[in-house]
Amino acid sequence: MGMVTSVTSLGKNGLYDWVIQRATAVVLGVYFLCMMGFLISTPDLTYAQWHAFMSSTYMRVFSLLALISMGAHAWVGLWVVSTDYITTRQLGAIATPLRIAFQAGFVLVTIVYVIWGVQILWGI
Amino acid sequence: MGAYIDAACSPCYSFLQRSVRSLCKLVNAVKSQRPVNLDITTIKFPLPALASITHRIAGIAIFIGMAFLIWGLGASLESEESFNALKECLGGFIPKLILWLILAGFIYHFVAGVRHLLMDLGYFETLEGAKVMAISVMVISAALIVLAGVWVW
Repeated sequence: MGMVTSVTSLGKNGLYDWVIQRATAVVLGVYFLCMMGFLISTPDLTYAQWHAFMSSTYMRVFSLLALISMGAHAWVGLWVVSTDYITTRQLGAIATPLRIAFQAGFVLVTIVYVIWGVQILWGI
Repeated sequence: MGAYIDAACSPCYSFLQRSVRSLCKLVNAVKSQRPVNLDITTIKFPLPALASITHRIAGIAIFIGMAFLIWGLGASLESEESFNALKECLGGFIPKLILWLILAGFIYHFVAGVRHLLMDLGYFETLEGAKVMAISVMVISAALIVLAGVWVW
């Protein structure tokens, strides 16, 4: 049997989605640890400290990488959830249009998040 | 080859065809009687399944929380005034609660995500190992979520 493809999944097949989900998870996990490390180690954070931290080239690149990873990770994750739970077996005939609408919704929100984030990082 | 068999032994061939057909019928009959249970609304939730579904719920919560976080990131970097306004806003109970809930989502999703990656690598795949892992995920993330609460307040 050939691989099952879907027009609404990010990687267009399960193998790509699987790899995208793991690779972005590692980026996001490390970014989360770095952010928490900085925030916990800097009590009474001032604007100057925060601005200096976020405007360093390292953090600009890392933040952009994390933002794009977040978009891809959310897309794959929510797609999997939508295809697992919004099914004809559980919801009947309404499931397919409902799932497509849900997928269109989260894809739109994900793209808005990424563009909004890029715009903020651009403006630092 | 096929043509040769047809020509040389057509009674054998038609017998074979009939046999295959009846075998297919038999297989289909067995298949249709087999109990199928892929209906997740009727499947019980053992601990590893509970750890997994919570990971998904946390993921959805984070996705909603991202709107607050990106808004907060923008406010924190726009100017010194907006940074201080955000800091003042985070003094209130409701903003603190929202922040803590988002952090709780991140913590659980992170710890349970490490579990998934370890299982992808082939660790904790036995029934016992999976149980121990699921309990560890819940205990570790619960402790970290409490600590996050202490940090926020």
